Amino acid sequence: MYGNDFSAPDDAAGGGLLGEVEAAEAELREAAGRQRRGGPAPDEDLAAYFTEVIDAEQKIEPRDWMPEAYRRTLIRQIAQHAHSEIIGMQPEGNWISRAPSLKRKAILLAKVQDEAGHGLYLYAAAETLGISRDELVRLLLDGRQKYSSIFNYPTLTWADMGAIGWLVDGAAIVNQVPLCRCSYGPYARAMIRVCKEESFHQRQGYEILHTLAHGTPAQQAMAQDAVDRWWYPSLAMFGPPDGNSTHSAQSMAWKIKRFSNDDLRQRFVDMCVQQAEILGLRIPDDDLRWNEERQAYDYTQPDYDELMRVISGDGPCNRERMAHRRAAHADGAWVREAAAAYAAKRAGQKEKVAA
Amino acid sequence: MNGPLDFTLGLGDDALIAAQRLAEWTTRAPEMEEDIALTNIALDQLGAARLLLSYAGELEGAGRDEDALAYLRDDRQFRNVLLVELPNGDFAVTMAKLFFLAAYQLPLYTALAGCADERLAAIGAKARKESAYHLDHGALWVKRLGDGTEESHRRMQAAVDQVWPYTHELFAADPAAPVDPATLRSAFDDSVGPVLAEATLTRPESRWAPVGGRTGVHTEHLSYLLAEMQVLHRAHPGAKW
Repeated sequence: MYGNDFSAPDDAAGGGLLGEVEAAEAELREAAGRQRRGGPAPDEDLAAYFTEVIDAEQKIEPRDWMPEAYRRTLIRQIAQHAHSEIIGMQPEGNWISRAPSLKRKAILLAKVQDEAGHGLYLYAAAETLGISRDELVRLLLDGRQKYSSIFNYPTLTWADMGAIGWLVDGAAIVNQVPLCRCSYGPYARAMIRVCKEESFHQRQGYEILHTLAHGTPAQQAMAQDAVDRWWYPSLAMFGPPDGNSTHSAQSMAWKIKRFSNDDLRQRFVDMCVQQAEILGLRIPDDDLRWNEERQAYDYTQPDYDELMRVISGDGPCNRERMAHRRAAHADGAWVREAAAAYAAKRAGQKEKVAA
Repeated sequence: MNGPLDFTLGLGDDALIAAQRLAEWTTRAPEMEEDIALTNIALDQLGAARLLLSYAGELEGAGRDEDALAYLRDDRQFRNVLLVELPNGDFAVTMAKLFFLAAYQLPLYTALAGCADERLAAIGAKARKESAYHLDHGALWVKRLGDGTEESHRRMQAAVDQVWPYTHELFAADPAAPVDPATLRSAFDDSVGPVLAEATLTRPESRWAPVGGRTGVHTEHLSYLLAEMQVLHRAHPGAKW
């Protein structure tokens, strides 16, 4: 599997994806071990040095010189990812109180907690680029930075917990596994950790759907309905078709991005078809069929006009998700102020004792 | 109360309802780190609830497992103390509830760890470590809010005043139980008193001491909590999840 971002989907529950993350981690260690001269010479062209590091598949680290546009692109992308983790807690948090067994409740709580952890971890990665978490949170709350459009869809039944795990987390991993090889070291390392946990989430989601699909007729219908609703929005998570993707070419050159939107989308479809068969659920696409020539599945594209509408703010839940986040932030202001005031008093007392 | 079954059920219900309330904070906490911490404590309580309810089901011997006990009883059959079912209120009320509950659960689980019933002793040994963390976390916030800003002090004092009367029920005597709750009162007072003092908060002098949880006479709030918690499970009788 080494040197190849994708393996065959041999493990229907997503084990193949975890293998890919481990391969990326091994590659990261190897890259770190490869000889790299200790930074540019005093009179060396910094831009040339940057390019050399990228070309040699080495990592750019926070201390290194980097083009402003590279820095801005990474901040935007990492922040958007962090925001997605934080906003993404809401659709699943919606079912914690009603989880149908205590075991499922515990798994869901832990999953949503993991997402908060991913958010913090990614904000910390973004902070290495010279921007604070407070600033990033402000940009989110002011609507000046985005989060993944998938979280603007509602979670209407318990089966949505399964579909989000299987499809949304599955698509996220397919998107993120190549980021484990991203040229910016802190992001690559963050993604390895995130992807490992995401692959457990995907497995848990798959397991929820498997249980429902083998349950009562009402449970089976619930599972199919969830897949029907989440399939196309999940396909849209890979972004617009390659011809219309604004950030792709430069990001590919910088090795921030390594595969095109359409390549990743195809990988995801190919992975899901077999898994859906094992689940006994139908992917809602009459034109889904194997193409011998391409050695891949032909499939119906998602509605990109809908994607653009949701991104621009008119999805079913955009307003609620943002209102929820803003309310939590505003309602907590007095608590954060109290913590700061208390810490200042303690620091003052310590100084007095020291003096 | 009536020996180990009622006792175990009561403790399991305390933990379950506390978990359900704490989990309401997920995605709503004042800080992201606090979101993680509250979810963590909810997970600890839920874990203890599952062990205790499973054991209660075995003691009962009627074939009920943790889910049958959690999802298929009505509020009159729940045995939790009123403290845990009270609505979360603001962050100060939640911290008052958390702090008082932990100050009771820590000596309770510690005593349980040494009791004659091996299953309860094992649960107590595991849960007391978690309770120690809950107590630290609650105490830290009570101090921060009590001795923070003018507004946080006002809110924290109001929260303590509101929640305090419900602490008396925690220590209702039950000499037949594996651990008599009445014996835990001094440990509770020893951990609560200094924290309230450091937080510049006043311990209320309320004589009102509402009770009823251990006999299934609850506040009006529990039925709503259960309606939400149980709705999906009850809508699909006999289904596996």
